[in-house]
Amino acid sequence: MSAATSAGPETVIEFRNVGYRLPGGNVLLHGVSFTVSRGETLVLLGRSGAGKTTALKLINRLTEPSEGEVLIEGRGTLDWDPIALRRHIGYVIQETGLFPHYTVEQNVLLVPRLEGWPAERIRSRAGELLALVGLEPAQFLQRYPHELSGGQRQRVGVARALAADPPILLMDEPFGALDPLTRMELRREFVALQERLRKTIVIVTHDTSEALLLGTRIALFEAGALKGIYLPREFLLSSEPVASAYVSQLHALEEFERGK
Amino acid sequence: MSFTDFLSRHANEILQATLEHVWLVGATMALAIAIGVPLGVLVARRPWLSKPILGSANVAETIPSLALLGFLLPVPWLGDRADRLAITALTLYALLPIIRNTAAGIAGVDPAVREAARGMGMTQRQILFQVELPLSLSTVLAGVRVATVLTIGIATIAAAVGAGGLGEFIFRGLAMVNNQLILAGAIPAAALALGADFLLSVLERRLRPAR
Repeated sequence: MSAATSAGPETVIEFRNVGYRLPGGNVLLHGVSFTVSRGETLVLLGRSGAGKTTALKLINRLTEPSEGEVLIEGRGTLDWDPIALRRHIGYVIQETGLFPHYTVEQNVLLVPRLEGWPAERIRSRAGELLALVGLEPAQFLQRYPHELSGGQRQRVGVARALAADPPILLMDEPFGALDPLTRMELRREFVALQERLRKTIVIVTHDTSEALLLGTRIALFEAGALKGIYLPREFLLSSEPVASAYVSQLHALEEFERGK
Repeated sequence: MSFTDFLSRHANEILQATLEHVWLVGATMALAIAIGVPLGVLVARRPWLSKPILGSANVAETIPSLALLGFLLPVPWLGDRADRLAITALTLYALLPIIRNTAAGIAGVDPAVREAARGMGMTQRQILFQVELPLSLSTVLAGVRVATVLTIGIATIAAAVGAGGLGEFIFRGLAMVNNQLILAGAIPAAALALGADFLLSVLERRLRPAR
């Protein structure tokens, strides 16, 4: 592992020797330790079944560790009230999980409403949020999710996760289901948004270029284990076999493009 | 005497019996929904309860309706009043489609929606009332529709224990070998069933969530 794994100024998320086993005995994650500092974007990279989504769900306690512990702001997730913990953490998933029976406005305002914000603060918040993710409020607030394109839905998903201004944001392949051009657009906007908001973000992807573009650091998962944590530049130069496999796949694509 | 003459002469009686019928069915459905929907939620939440709950509802469904009324007659509080007895028996029949559809509706909610709801910190109760039940409303209602149509038909048996309703005409007609009397009970019952089916299917379509 590289020097980049040492804890930053303030540790927000910490995995201490975390393992996760299914009730049937299948081990999905073992011996995982890492920290995420305030304001950084950690990308969990790995193939399907590598354990990265499991790791993500351990952070907002959608699953609980079988071994070790996960600390959020210094407190173990099992010591948090799960509801309070989850409202403290924004959550974006690939299929967006927008409520089909709610308008965009109702979807976006869900957490502020659950948190009992005063009415006038809630009202102005919806417009702010849509503007933040690049959607014209007047045009979109009253629409239903099925009246949106995939990219628009994903933007609403991000707006909903940011609604109560949580310090931590989890994203599970947020751009995975989009067409390549929309995906590129949203990634760029994500980078710009993160420069403004400085949230602590953990994002899951299996896409190497996405990991390099979005991540402050990249955590490489393979078969339930953490292979290493790299700065993007280190990742490109790494001699670790799995990491270099990802990088050579990227180079193969570039060579193919040059050859045309 | 023609059938229309017969109907006009007995119009008041028929109306009276129809209202009784509607009361029996309405009370039954209110009770069946109040019991069936929570049981359906329980089945969806605790899969190990699915066998005993759905199994019992299934068994109730297989008991011949006249026999069920007979079984319930000696039960202390139930046997005291005819309509109480009939409504209890009818409710037992109406439960199965409501339980089954509620469970199916909740099980059919998009897992991504449920995960997002949990991930955003909704409590189980909030997920049930704000997400799962609203999204399964049209499926639940489809069960209510089936149960209502079924109940309107079976409720004619209630007359056998003196609970009134359109069955009165049918039983009297059978005893007197009078087809006009039988039809005076059967036709309004069929019309009620068709009307309820139509109204509830319209409601069901309106409540179906957009995709």
